[in-house]
Amino acid sequence: MDSRITQFDELAGADGRTRAPYRKLSQWLAETPPELLASRREQAELLFRRIGITFAVYGAQEATERLIPFDILPRILSRSEWTTLEKGLIQRVTALNAFLADIYGAGEILRAGIVPADLVYRNPAYCPDMAGRRVPFDIYVHIAGVDIVRTDDQGFFVLEDNARTPSGVSYMLENREVMMRLFPELFALHRVAPIENYPDELLATLRSVAPPRANGDPTIVLMTPGQYNSAFYEHSFLADKLGVELVEGRDLFVRDDVVYMRTTEGPRRVDVIYRRIDDDFLDPLCFRPDSALGVAGLMGAYQSGNVTLANAVGAGAADDKAMYTYMPDIIKFYLDEAPLLQNVPTFRCREQEALAYVLDHLDELVVKEVNGSGGYGMLVGPHATKAQIEEFRAKLKAQPQNFIAQPTLALSTCPIAMASGVAPRHVDLRPFVLQGANGARVVPGGLTRVAMTEKSLVVNSSQGGGTKDTWVIDDAWVADEPMGQA
Amino acid sequence: MRIRIRHETTYRYAEPPRTAVQHLRLTPRNHDGQHVVDWRIDVDRDCRLVQSEDAFGNTLHRFSVDGPLESISTVVEGEVTTFDVAGVVSGAVERFPPILFMRDTPLTTPNMAICDFARETTSKESGTLSKLHALLGAIHESLTFDAAATHSGTTAAECFEHRKGVCQDFSHLFIACARAISAPARYVSGYFLGSDGEDQVAGHAWAEAYVEDLGWVAFDPTHGVAPQENHVRVAVALDYLGAAPIRGSHSGGGGETLDVKVRVARAAAFSQSQSQSQ
Amino acid sequence: MLSRTADNLYWLARYMERADFLARAIQASRRLAALPKAYGGEETEWESVLLSSGAALAFDASGRPVDEANVIEFLTFAPENPGSIRNCLEQARANARAVRTALTIEMWESINDAYLEMRALESRGVIPCAQELARFLEVIKQTSLTYDGGAYRTMLRNDAYWFSRVGLFIERADNTARLLDVKYHVLLPEKEIVGGSLDYFQWSAILRAVSAHTAYHWVYRTSMKPWLVADLLILRPEMPRSLISCYESIVRNLDNLARAHGRQGSSQRHARGVYGKLEKMNMESVFQGGLHEFVQSFITENNRLAALISEQYLF
Repeated sequence: MDSRITQFDELAGADGRTRAPYRKLSQWLAETPPELLASRREQAELLFRRIGITFAVYGAQEATERLIPFDILPRILSRSEWTTLEKGLIQRVTALNAFLADIYGAGEILRAGIVPADLVYRNPAYCPDMAGRRVPFDIYVHIAGVDIVRTDDQGFFVLEDNARTPSGVSYMLENREVMMRLFPELFALHRVAPIENYPDELLATLRSVAPPRANGDPTIVLMTPGQYNSAFYEHSFLADKLGVELVEGRDLFVRDDVVYMRTTEGPRRVDVIYRRIDDDFLDPLCFRPDSALGVAGLMGAYQSGNVTLANAVGAGAADDKAMYTYMPDIIKFYLDEAPLLQNVPTFRCREQEALAYVLDHLDELVVKEVNGSGGYGMLVGPHATKAQIEEFRAKLKAQPQNFIAQPTLALSTCPIAMASGVAPRHVDLRPFVLQGANGARVVPGGLTRVAMTEKSLVVNSSQGGGTKDTWVIDDAWVADEPMGQA
Repeated sequence: MRIRIRHETTYRYAEPPRTAVQHLRLTPRNHDGQHVVDWRIDVDRDCRLVQSEDAFGNTLHRFSVDGPLESISTVVEGEVTTFDVAGVVSGAVERFPPILFMRDTPLTTPNMAICDFARETTSKESGTLSKLHALLGAIHESLTFDAAATHSGTTAAECFEHRKGVCQDFSHLFIACARAISAPARYVSGYFLGSDGEDQVAGHAWAEAYVEDLGWVAFDPTHGVAPQENHVRVAVALDYLGAAPIRGSHSGGGGETLDVKVRVARAAAFSQSQSQSQ
Repeated sequence: MLSRTADNLYWLARYMERADFLARAIQASRRLAALPKAYGGEETEWESVLLSSGAALAFDASGRPVDEANVIEFLTFAPENPGSIRNCLEQARANARAVRTALTIEMWESINDAYLEMRALESRGVIPCAQELARFLEVIKQTSLTYDGGAYRTMLRNDAYWFSRVGLFIERADNTARLLDVKYHVLLPEKEIVGGSLDYFQWSAILRAVSAHTAYHWVYRTSMKPWLVADLLILRPEMPRSLISCYESIVRNLDNLARAHGRQGSSQRHARGVYGKLEKMNMESVFQGGLHEFVQSFITENNRLAALISEQYLF
């Protein structure tokens, strides 16, 4: 609890002096009448509603389509902060990929005893069907979303790796578009690195991993579970920006290990599938037999090398919360480098000593289910009721291997603009890392997620979190007074 | 013992589908306990039958066909020589370390009742092998064979609740119990030579569990025995879904009905000549 | 293009057109029903709206008495009426959502705005008052204009555009034909002698329902004659809701599709056949064969075209 005393605000800094990247914004805020902020907030809401950016929430019948709250104040990183982050992200995703190639291949890291074999083989996300098979260019993680937090202005922590079908990039892009329409004057004051090239970079990544028989002109599609999926908006948005067809399972079929889509001109061969559908639903002949969302025979085509799936099937074996704790060792093992981004200190509840400590300190810790996502199956000790804590204690004792625990981090805060004025709220950051046969890259920025309620640490959009535009600005423009504004 | 097998599967459709895709795991492989003398596989449609190996080393045939299809019929036929190896499976294709077979699957996840049952049944035994034999006996005793009680999607927990099922359910329950007492276990689909030699309506299924220093050992909870010479092993996997003889999918059409005829018999002439040569 | 996308675009256009037609038909009927009986304010007016909108059976099933409030509510908001404006809009939006990538932002916004407007009206939970209803019908008409204009001004001229146009014109032809079918008795030539000016307001209501009231005068420069009203709605190529004009557009758009795909099919042949017949016709021959019979057979041919299109393009 006392961790909150030393809370780091990205605008105010530790000492209460406005930090350099925020100096201009801070000044602008001071000069801007509250009515103007209020009217821009309304405009933003209107823009989002008109564009139709909605988010389907599981289990909420009333509001099956709801807007994700958007905050109009940008979150700002300096170029030098970004450079550190970028290097760390690429290092991390390179290691994740090497790890996957290894556990589906030679298994050296298991033989070396760095990662316990049972953690890999018993992981439900580890896909036996992928063992002993190569994927095109040995790339498993084409698109990764790495969740980053900070607690001071020193370094960054990785909270979670997402190597399956990370979402949120459409919000990153749309947030920027809306901000440019709402605040041209702020963009004029800062030099903000552009992110609008993300769809082109993504397309280049996908093209680079096409099977050779596509002859350099692959047909790429984006595969969605359908319009009732919570991220459907993003799927259609991305398909549009990429200029590729948005397909559902029923639009595709497999004939003799080749994937085709049904078009008004007859069947058309498909070479690369950017799939936004979970492994389990891809092919009813290999995975869940009741899946109506997938394509029968898809895995056969994939294993024959006739189609590339991005991300690779079974990539989830690397982003598991239990595997997370081994990431520093994994980076060292494959790259022989020290990790540039730190892990949040984590207790592996499968280990006796750790479990005992966790059970004794439940009211201070965040406990997460190893295979849970989206903030479900999670206990935030300091904010939990006694009953919730006891419920988790029982779960932990029954299946300790299913849980990890972390100290409640004093997540950094950023200002948000509310009806009642400007106030700090906790944030995290999800940058998107692309990896193809043409190398790895990150567009400068990412999706900043913000807990809209005071003191809340849960930033997930499924749990009422909001988003912000994220700016990376040149250091020269961060300095006290840029040389000559004229 | 030489065993002759003929297995015919026919899907019929009231409304013919436009296309169909099937995965067949119908081809046995050799191990120290069995030798495949002769085997062929035949689909009654014009299609390219692609052979490959699946994750667990089983032989997999895939094909896709265009309709309209009123029916699809698959026949496998052949001969296998089996040897009594006291249920120990060695010399088989192994693609994973045993620990992989500790994974739970939706069909085999043990619930509290199963865990309690497994613990109580094995509490007096020491050593994995005797624990497994205790489970084999207890499951055979406590379940009633009833083809009407379950379907291909029935879980071990559901089967245990009703204490009824077919060989698939017996095997899933055994696997769930074995994993609950920390023994890696897997599902086997194959054929069983019964004493009556009559036509059967389905293939057979049993389980294998891993015993340190001994390796994989087969257990047939439906018959309450450790397989000797009467079992022909075709495919192994974490559960039925991974080892199913046929998994198929069709688009369009409907009203699917399934007809299976299995004949498993002793190849008498051959076994005679074999005994003469000894 | 994906077959499913073509299907969505085609139906999206049909639902938008249907909603527009319903809004206009309701407005025209209200106007007519508000007249004193001596001016043709028939009590059967609401029955005929139900008939021409194809909702008569569903309405009967609801067991409600036929009166203005009930019929309007049924045609506008009733969730149990599959053909209500509400459901058309909902279907249109569901189709639009599924093919967001094939629509321009302008088209999507126009549908989404109307949908949000409808949801806002519904969320108030009471049956909207006359004024609100009138405003809502205006919104629907406006939406259809914006959508149509958006499509015309912003869509690429490719198969997405052509499929959507084909859907629109098939629906429009169907609507015009059904309106004619319900009202044919007041359009017969001898009616002028029998009924005299009593039917005048019926004719003008028909014209209003297809927004051709002013057009009539520009085309004929004479007072209202029933056979000319029929002529306008069937055979005048310059009248955008006439059957012949719809078919001229259908043929053109189907031809574009055939050219792009390099393949003619049964839908192109059938559409050209219907168009050819209309071109050769005049009103005398229509009346000779019976207006009712003509319209009935047209509706059948039009449905046949819809079936052929879905067969040919694999919907």
